Amino acid sequence: MSTQMVTANRLTDGMVVYLTKQGDWATQFSAGAVLAGEAEAEAAMADAAAAAKQQLIVGQYLIDVLVDGDGVKPTSTRERIRADRGPTIEVDAGSWTGRIGASPNGE
Amino acid sequence: MYRYDEFDATFVRERVQQFTGQVERRLAGEITEEQFRPLRLQNGVYLQLHAYMLRIAIPYGTLSSKQMRKLGFIARRYDRGFGHFTTRQNIQFNWPQLDEVPAILEHLAEVEMHAIQTSGNCIRNTTADQHSGVAKDEIEDPRVYAEIIRQWSTLHPEFAFLPRKFKIAVTGASNDRAAVRVHDIGLRMLKNEAGEIGFEVWVGGGLGRTPIIGTALKPFVEKQHLLSYLEAVLRVYNQLGRRDNLYKARIKILVNATGAEEFARLVEEEWQSIKDSALTLPLEEIERIRQYFALPEYESLPDWTPEFEAARKANPEFARWVQSNVKPHRQAGYAIVDISLKPEGGAPGDASADQMDIVADLADDYSFGEIRVSHHQNLVLPHVRQQDLFALWQRLSGAKLATSNIGFITDIIACPGLDYCNLANARAIPVAQRISRAFSDPKRLAEIGELRLNISGCINACGHHHVGNIGILGVDKHGEEFYQVTLGGSSRDDASIGKIVGPAFSTEDIAGAVETIVTTYLGARTSDSERFIDTYRRIGIDPFKEALYGNSQARRPAAE
Repeated sequence: MSTQMVTANRLTDGMVVYLTKQGDWATQFSAGAVLAGEAEAEAAMADAAAAAKQQLIVGQYLIDVLVDGDGVKPTSTRERIRADRGPTIEVDAGSWTGRIGASPNGE
Repeated sequence: MYRYDEFDATFVRERVQQFTGQVERRLAGEITEEQFRPLRLQNGVYLQLHAYMLRIAIPYGTLSSKQMRKLGFIARRYDRGFGHFTTRQNIQFNWPQLDEVPAILEHLAEVEMHAIQTSGNCIRNTTADQHSGVAKDEIEDPRVYAEIIRQWSTLHPEFAFLPRKFKIAVTGASNDRAAVRVHDIGLRMLKNEAGEIGFEVWVGGGLGRTPIIGTALKPFVEKQHLLSYLEAVLRVYNQLGRRDNLYKARIKILVNATGAEEFARLVEEEWQSIKDSALTLPLEEIERIRQYFALPEYESLPDWTPEFEAARKANPEFARWVQSNVKPHRQAGYAIVDISLKPEGGAPGDASADQMDIVADLADDYSFGEIRVSHHQNLVLPHVRQQDLFALWQRLSGAKLATSNIGFITDIIACPGLDYCNLANARAIPVAQRISRAFSDPKRLAEIGELRLNISGCINACGHHHVGNIGILGVDKHGEEFYQVTLGGSSRDDASIGKIVGPAFSTEDIAGAVETIVTTYLGARTSDSERFIDTYRRIGIDPFKEALYGNSQARRPAAE
């Protein structure tokens, strides 16, 4: 049985977010609720659709995640890069030190 | 440089107001994402892997220092301190907030810039030779016509919903630096037998999943008929291009399916009916636009500058930079300076806000305030006195902007790839970084000579891999990144599409494979002046296959 998680982008700033157990949206992958089975996934996607209607998020979808002894991680490279909240490379942003809550390599 | 007239300024201002209202309505829930998506795309706003992305138009790659400073300001205030120059001579910011995009657009409008038509199925930013106006091999400055095309194509009601996006490139030089043969329409200025200057029109070139070198549609179109001819091509495409299949919607597919001859006949028929209409360009109007591109008031200088020559002799590193990054200028005593945005281990095309400010300052100090962006994702200072080259180089060196590698294997075109892009299958930037580190020795670079290496993170080919002498395409195999190599591509006058050399390489093996290809070339070339592409065309793909896969695999069919 595959385990999944719901992800989306936050509407206002586009940040990658994950649906949590409490039904809110977190930028930390580790805070995302792991969904086991179709029924849980369907219910979570219904919550996501409601959040999209409330202008909280955009472009929600399910991702496959792997749960093992080391914890939870996305199975695809693409989703692992998203979960890390930034490119896999060192970004040269010169002297830029950031807006509040943001840095060149993710939040 | 072109300055907005009242009409330009008004429509940009109106567009900012309109989009500001659309963003407000989206955030308030008055319109859905489905309704909003086409609106944001028409204003250059994408939703990418990590965040929104804003693509800003830089018409024909020409920027003033003031505009560059504004881009630096936007990078700093609204983004994360850097931007990415693209193969369409535009710039992308990777982290804008949707609720702040209207403010960014207001800032851009202040310096006569916008993001209109940088996305969507419309005529995109027209690109041009980055050395326009100053190149020694130029017949006429193509930016005059690129600007006329910009005015004609901006918000053109008939072409706002084409079957697919549409890209036009113009060159006015005898050596094609604008890749006109791989564009939907490529325009090459030339002189006919009567000595008149006009356009050779290429159509149906393009990369993506179906790479095709364009077809020469019309050998000569007079300047005054340029717009009516373009309109005729677009009209035939708009009517007959496929809208049922995204992958078959570009004009190249239509030209192939119709046949070049029949397509030319259809265009000709359409053209004859609109040729002498309101689209005819009055010569006075061309002259009026040309005034905007008048060359700066150069000093009268000798073409031999003793202090420059002395600096070159005294400093081998400077001499190397001059050799690769400085090009002859049409004005005696001046030079064109290519600024590489491909430092060792860097992300191709990226520039920090600090670097944008520095380039703006250098443009003011040494290049009449003018900057260009090349489709190779580099910058250009087009009017530098030879006597200033050494001081300029020193200041560039201090800002990590003096990499001596224009046209070399490390002057890599790379798309953002899976590090940023929603469509990508594999990362492109880390591969570019690895290759740039493997070939960082400047002596070796010079020994290898001209060699274009391009990398795309997916089949959409934004990294132009098909026309790299060495092309690298990232593919996904069961969740793992692999890299397929093509050889023999070129986007110049001798344009060709590269051939797949064999099965794809893993992330670990790709830089080594490039090394093997280069070693094979060096061993096979007849002289130091035989370029990689010439050797490849002389000896074919087999020696490279053999070196990469060994004899047993040389005859294996290529992987997907």
